[in-house]
Amino acid sequence: MGFVTAYLLVIVVLPIAAVVWKSTGNGWSGFWSVVSSPQAVSALKLSVVAATLAVLTTAVFGTLIAWVLVRDSFRGKSVVNAIIDLPFALPTIVAGLVLMALYGPRTPIDVTIGGISFDANVTFTRGAVYVALLFVTLPFVVRAVQPVLIELDQELEDAAKSLGAGDFTTFRRVILPAILPGILSGVAMAFARAIGEIGAIILITGNLPFKTEVASVYLFHRIEQDPEGSAAVATVLLLISFVVLLGIGGLRFFVTRHERA
Amino acid sequence: MRRLSLRLVALGYLGLILVGPLAMMVVRTAEDLDGAWAAISAPETLEAFKLTLFVAAIAVVVNTVFGIVCALVIVRGNIPGRGLLNAFVDLPLALSPVIVGFSLVVLYGVNGWFGWFQRNGYEILFATPSIVLVTVFVTLPFVAREVVPTLREIGTDQEQAARTLGASGWQTFWRITLPAIRWAVVYGVVLTAARAIGEFGAVAVVSGNIVGETQTATLRVEDAYQFAYGNYAPAYGISFVLAATAILILVAMIFLQPKEDRR
Repeated sequence: MGFVTAYLLVIVVLPIAAVVWKSTGNGWSGFWSVVSSPQAVSALKLSVVAATLAVLTTAVFGTLIAWVLVRDSFRGKSVVNAIIDLPFALPTIVAGLVLMALYGPRTPIDVTIGGISFDANVTFTRGAVYVALLFVTLPFVVRAVQPVLIELDQELEDAAKSLGAGDFTTFRRVILPAILPGILSGVAMAFARAIGEIGAIILITGNLPFKTEVASVYLFHRIEQDPEGSAAVATVLLLISFVVLLGIGGLRFFVTRHERA
Repeated sequence: MRRLSLRLVALGYLGLILVGPLAMMVVRTAEDLDGAWAAISAPETLEAFKLTLFVAAIAVVVNTVFGIVCALVIVRGNIPGRGLLNAFVDLPLALSPVIVGFSLVVLYGVNGWFGWFQRNGYEILFATPSIVLVTVFVTLPFVAREVVPTLREIGTDQEQAARTLGASGWQTFWRITLPAIRWAVVYGVVLTAARAIGEFGAVAVVSGNIVGETQTATLRVEDAYQFAYGNYAPAYGISFVLAATAILILVAMIFLQPKEDRR
């Protein structure tokens, strides 16, 4: 017990405490002037909004993919199942380059229909932040929902259908209540990951201040010149993560209230 | 019919987000194989890979020991504060890698609480020790998270039986507990290695990125990209090696799934 606590203290807790302590180095006014500066606000806002949008998308498609992997059967399903973990295994900077290959300036997706041309080059746009976050957050929801769906008896779904429920009603009244806690766990992990991501983002977004610069990149570029200011922004980012994680945890507590009763 | 369309939407999404980009990266690498190979076999790149493997090896060893001990304390210990401990173990997953790196700069910088080392010539920052420390930090939860549920599942019957038959604590651990959790440990080790090899943000903050000295493989990819001047073959080449490593890790994970299928 002593070993475990001491290890956690030295490796994890003390460094984080040092950052929070450092953020008070220029007093409350110094803290506030950095945190409320237009560039910091813009970066923090982009991080929160992009992470929220990406995680909501991931929640929908992740649940769908989990359902297909559990209830459907087709050739090569085990390969598809293995591919889901790719974003966990791939270095994030490589993820950024991989996305650049398909969604960069030389994108092969470039079509002209009826005089309107469309290409999939998202570099230097906020869309690039969104795409990068879709990539890194994908496995979290799939892997949180999959085991719950495996446990959930198929007979319940069949019973609902035989009693006349449509597909959508079956999903909403039978499947969703069972998997919602799993979805929320996955969403919480995915959000924490998305709001702090840097590797997958740094190449493809161009890091343009006020446009595509997210909070983690803003910090990354400012650490050496302004440690106190960086610590202030880092503290705010930490606070946002914890508030969101607590909120999702609370929601999860609420939706599982019947199980505990 | 409905089932088929759902399958197509799911597979189409995976194609757009995962498979398509990865395939396109392979195409781009193949366009200039000579350039890619030159970058991969350059001495600076080999040094970077060596450093990455060295750091990953340390992180794996240290966090495997910690992970197992920590899981034992969380599941088998009867000390107050175990729930809190469980939460703290997961903390690194909730932190931005940039903040992790920054926290070490603050702690070990010349003015930091542990600034004594840096002031007295024991370089931590912009040297290998800081790269090891951040990597250990970000990979800390993986082994513990895999072992905790397995320990809960196997229960204590066999351990108690061993103890009543006169086995010591160590003997019980080596003969009973460790064999029962071995697949969870191996799975955690694989996840730890993958994350350690792939870490970018935290390492970028602390390493100083000195070519041939403190530049890891992922930092080398970023360097090759930022200073590409239109020639992206080196960045794609080194990335290809890292991606191939990641895919090998995925294949290893499939074979390491216990027979009864963990998913």
